[in-house]
Amino acid sequence: MSEILLEARDLARHYRLPRTSLFHPSPVVRAVDGVSFELLRGRSFGIVGESGCGKSTLARLVMALEPPSAGSVRLLGCDLTRLPAGELRRLRSQFQMVFQDPFGSLDPRHTIGRAVGEPLSLLGDADGAARAERVAEALAAVGLSPADRAKYPHEFSGGQRQRIAIARALITRPALIVADEPVSALDVSVRAQVLNLMQDLQDRNGLTYLFISHDLAVVEYVCDEVAVMYLGRIVERGPTQAVFRRPAHPYSRALLDAVPRPEPGRRRRRRQLAGQVGSATERPAGCAFAPRCPLAEPRCRTQAPALRPLDEGRFAACHFAEAMLAG
Amino acid sequence: MSLLEVNALRVRLRGPDGPVEAVRGVSFSLDRGQTMGLVGESGCGKSMTALALLGLLPEGGLLHGSVRFEGRELTQLSDRELCRLRGNRIAMVFQEPMTALNPLHSIGRQIAEPLCLHRGLSSEAARGVAGELLHRVGMPDARARLDAYPHQLSGGQRQRALIAMALACEPDLLIADEPTTALDVTIQAQILELIVDLVHERGMALILISHDLGVIAETVERVAVMYAGRIVEMGPVATVFGRLAHPYSRGLFAAIPRIGGGRSGGGRGRLAAIPGRVPDLAALPTGCAFADRCGHAQPVCRLAEPPPLAVGPEHWAACGRLDAVLASDG
Amino acid sequence: MSSPAALAGRGVLRRALRHPSFASGGALTLLLVGVAALSLAWTPHSAYLIQVRQRLLPPSGLHWLGTDTLGRDVLSMLMVGAQNSIMVGVVAVSIGLTAGVALGLLAAARRGWVEEAVMRLADFGFAFPAILLAILFTAVFGPSAVNAIIAIGIFNVPVFARIGRAAANVVWAREFVLAARAAGKGRLRITLEHVLPNILPILVVQATIQFAIAILAEAALSYLGLGTQPPNPSWGRMLNEAQTMIFTAPLLAVFPGIAIALSVLGLNLMGDGLRDLVDPRLARAR
Repeated sequence: MSEILLEARDLARHYRLPRTSLFHPSPVVRAVDGVSFELLRGRSFGIVGESGCGKSTLARLVMALEPPSAGSVRLLGCDLTRLPAGELRRLRSQFQMVFQDPFGSLDPRHTIGRAVGEPLSLLGDADGAARAERVAEALAAVGLSPADRAKYPHEFSGGQRQRIAIARALITRPALIVADEPVSALDVSVRAQVLNLMQDLQDRNGLTYLFISHDLAVVEYVCDEVAVMYLGRIVERGPTQAVFRRPAHPYSRALLDAVPRPEPGRRRRRRQLAGQVGSATERPAGCAFAPRCPLAEPRCRTQAPALRPLDEGRFAACHFAEAMLAG
Repeated sequence: MSLLEVNALRVRLRGPDGPVEAVRGVSFSLDRGQTMGLVGESGCGKSMTALALLGLLPEGGLLHGSVRFEGRELTQLSDRELCRLRGNRIAMVFQEPMTALNPLHSIGRQIAEPLCLHRGLSSEAARGVAGELLHRVGMPDARARLDAYPHQLSGGQRQRALIAMALACEPDLLIADEPTTALDVTIQAQILELIVDLVHERGMALILISHDLGVIAETVERVAVMYAGRIVEMGPVATVFGRLAHPYSRGLFAAIPRIGGGRSGGGRGRLAAIPGRVPDLAALPTGCAFADRCGHAQPVCRLAEPPPLAVGPEHWAACGRLDAVLASDG
Repeated sequence: MSSPAALAGRGVLRRALRHPSFASGGALTLLLVGVAALSLAWTPHSAYLIQVRQRLLPPSGLHWLGTDTLGRDVLSMLMVGAQNSIMVGVVAVSIGLTAGVALGLLAAARRGWVEEAVMRLADFGFAFPAILLAILFTAVFGPSAVNAIIAIGIFNVPVFARIGRAAANVVWAREFVLAARAAGKGRLRITLEHVLPNILPILVVQATIQFAIAILAEAALSYLGLGTQPPNPSWGRMLNEAQTMIFTAPLLAVFPGIAIALSVLGLNLMGDGLRDLVDPRLARAR
């Protein structure tokens, strides 16, 4: 078994909203509400869910871009949430991030060479010549020419910019890359190029990915393990193949059912999920998914199911998980 | 006579370095009750085709060719006459429901507006119809929501309101441009189902524009694959997805990861990416625009634009090497 | 062959010259600067020489715009007055720009109570009438050109603080800033390397407009006798002195009035033009 690279324990992030009335306490959004998982070195862990499920907040917590309201994130044995600022900065060379928007994640006024070299220059342990060499190396690794370093972001297409963003994440030779919807903004043909690149880089450098996406097919393609989030909590987690073939949580199944598939002769008429994602401010007493769940029974509305182990190394938070797997 | 007949439609836009042809000879026809999908990557001209049908080109845009709607030549109509058609006989649903709705007006008012404008209904009567429409598109508490403002609705509810607006005057043709791209999958499924049901219920014609092959495959009867301003392959969905003929359609199809496709037994499958990138419309090569990225390309492909060739019944592809491509299946 | 950057630069210049309000505003501003520069080396007559016998002469071949109540050459005074206006504009805007932008950037970088404090301070500055501030200031420190300029500069601080903060907040929300934070960059470096360069165009536009306002404010203060002191020529003081003679020699009020109006108009037109030219939406459409 491979070594545990990152361990998140009971992570929570609550935001206080502005008061709606003078006499009521200000509402609290539980964007992430008690999430635990482990990342194994050299593997890919996917987080899927719909907008507002807290997956992007989770990415920021793991990247130590926001302090958690509770819980801890341990990378290589260090608790990121308690590390002094200086040490955290040095440790950042070990975990880098790739963002969704290839047009927004590069400063339009910085050259590509400067953008890619930025994480390195912050570490301060490479002089000018060595840094230039590393930049060229990183650009070559993502299939761009070292001559591109003098250009500005607007001279590149969306796919190329995402390559640049990946080069920038690679330059410190990190162990972990957190990728938040890295291919969602890209066209289909370019998306495949970037996904292939990410896999090649993983094979070559033993990278670990925390891959966040709403696109289940992409997650299945990239990830060894997956966690399905709903309203700030993980409702199911396990090996991607197991979860996607035979979901143990009704929400996972509904998500999978909803994905349109380009298969000849397939007509839509399927189990459909009614309603919409509930609000993260008024979490119901029981299971958060109960109001939309086709299996919900009275006890679901009073008793919140815990995430518990099932077969094949998977976990699900549903009173009917066994029944789901059996039928 | 078909409801809509588009013939050799060309759209020329003003680009930074001179004119750019965004649509380069698109032809198709559509009858009441028929549904058709335009699929392709960004910049392939699918949205511009839709805007051209409505006469809504960006400033400096020029239109050539013919668009006949119930036999009337739309390209000859004055702006006033086009306004009477838009929102009335031809309606459109856009991708971004937040920006397509006016944030300062209640949705009831926005749905009632086309009714007052085109049907001359009193505001009272229009409000009643708007309530029914909202109910039909599955808005919870439809009557109460008439007075809601766009920001008070969720993304899916806004898209429902937008569809209700488009349906208000019972159009003959509904154009939906990426109507679910901004929505979550479970909401997307609801909205697509709603659109399909409404099209059948009212006998409208539907043009659905999407970059998502899955959405197209599950929603419409006929598909047109666009690349660099042209339709490169067209036919009934079942036939086309059963036997893709154009190398670009094949490439697009192979490039998407599929649920259940997975990685077989730990070994890593690679996605078949299309090499290179979409050509710059301002500097298109002569001949087939896809030749530079095509594994089947021969010198002949670069001589002239390939004409459409039949693949099967009602199924054609514009590829000069069609025989070789189809033979490569073995 | 030229580099893409040079090409882009040429494109901007061409677009700028074609832009009607920028081109006309720029021409007027250039005229103002040119006249001021010329006056350093040459004026038709001395702007300070009092010749009581030559007082209130109408425009003639010798005195193109006539002479004032003390027999000074009006054209020469206007030319030297242009120096004064430019100096006021430059210094007052610099004070406002430096202090205001620093405060605005600080507010955007730290958020929380710092932002709250800076913005309430700015509100206070806005609520205080500028002229009143200047009058208070000169009342305490005595009327002089320098005090007037400082007063106008202080008035500019909240303007730039607000604009700087609003623009910086937009940049702070961009993903590349998040990317820089994820790479370990501190607030100060992000502010200097990412935020400031990206808000610069907006600041330049605002600076042009504040420049015009500063010229107007100085004229108003000098008109009230709180600004530039005799014998230094200033457009505002020329207006003040012309006021008593408004019925006998109306032209004396007209010429400085025109000078002020044209300068302010030119700077405002240039600012509007610049705003269009640096608008990212237009720039992206290329």
